[in-house]
Amino acid sequence: MQTILWEGMILIGIIYSVFTKNFTNISDAALNSSKEAVSLCITMAGVMSFWCGLMEIATQAGIIEAMSKKMKPVIKFLFPRLDVNHPAAKHITTNIIANVLGLGWAATPAGLKAMEELANLEEERREKERTLPAGEKEAAMQKGVASNEMCNFLIINISSLQLIPVTVIAYRSQYGSVHPTSIVGAGIIATAISTLAGVAFCKIMDRK
Amino acid sequence: MKLLLLFSDMLIPIIILAIICYGASKKVDVYDAFIKGATEGFHTVIKIMPTLIALMAAVGILRESGFLESFGSMIGRFTTYVGFPGELIPLTLVKMFSSSAATGLLLDLYKEYGTDSRIGTIASISMCCTETIAYTMSVYFMAAKVSKSRYTLPGALIATLAGLAASVAFCSYVI
Repeated sequence: MQTILWEGMILIGIIYSVFTKNFTNISDAALNSSKEAVSLCITMAGVMSFWCGLMEIATQAGIIEAMSKKMKPVIKFLFPRLDVNHPAAKHITTNIIANVLGLGWAATPAGLKAMEELANLEEERREKERTLPAGEKEAAMQKGVASNEMCNFLIINISSLQLIPVTVIAYRSQYGSVHPTSIVGAGIIATAISTLAGVAFCKIMDRK
Repeated sequence: MKLLLLFSDMLIPIIILAIICYGASKKVDVYDAFIKGATEGFHTVIKIMPTLIALMAAVGILRESGFLESFGSMIGRFTTYVGFPGELIPLTLVKMFSSSAATGLLLDLYKEYGTDSRIGTIASISMCCTETIAYTMSVYFMAAKVSKSRYTLPGALIATLAGLAASVAFCSYVI
């Protein structure tokens, strides 16, 4: 999937630019974007290290555990096969909370850790499947294939449940809106609907 | 309004302070814990760096070619019939690939139509309920070393479409 997407973007981009005769920009775009990616990584390394450091304090102090306990029903509902005490559950909880609060920079580190843990979980399941007698199945995915938990987590993440769209409000007020915050209510409803649609889709796919 | 922005500015310092104070009160070695977590976080970023470079280069090429905009205005002519303003298609398409490029288009729309116009309002709301699908999927699946994403993309698109439909419906019938 990723390969097709990647190839497609580059092929379409280059072929189209030949037709519109602006291919001089393409080499600049490729080089500048790569540079941008590295500087983004450097910024992100700082933010990510800082946030993960902070989260480690919170974990050792038991804050995350307390939060996860409150979120247990939600996690249980969204990820029926995930043990709520698994480390992945902790990172998923943090990611969802950070997303809802609009702390994008805090959501990404937690999300990435969650994906790593979900990959570990899948590895554990594969281990377990090997030891089980023939006929019984732990339903583990093969290596390199997304588990149901991963799919559900990403869909929920991408549907981006968010309470207050701070950046959009800031842009609106900057561009002379009379009521910059007038979209907050509608925004919450729209984001709730998109998340609900995502969750419903996950539930249907999960059953298969 | 001011209060809201102030609140979101204050939120992060308050969270940092609260976590450190609470940790210290629970007799956690705060500094040691921080270093331990930071090391892990750092390694995660280094691992996804090649993916990010590959992806951002591809997005850069696609964006610079101008394909998304002209493709968007092309199918925009058809979506007008189902009530979705064609002017917003390029923004919607670009938002799936790049958040910063989408912000640029959003501000263009604000300048051209005004923030409180129908288009400005739908654009604002739709920006609240959509995410950069291509970026998120690539980076997150890289972290899990997964190449087959199964039903993630259809699910993400369905969620995005539902959000867009809700934005348009809200502007057409409520406001």
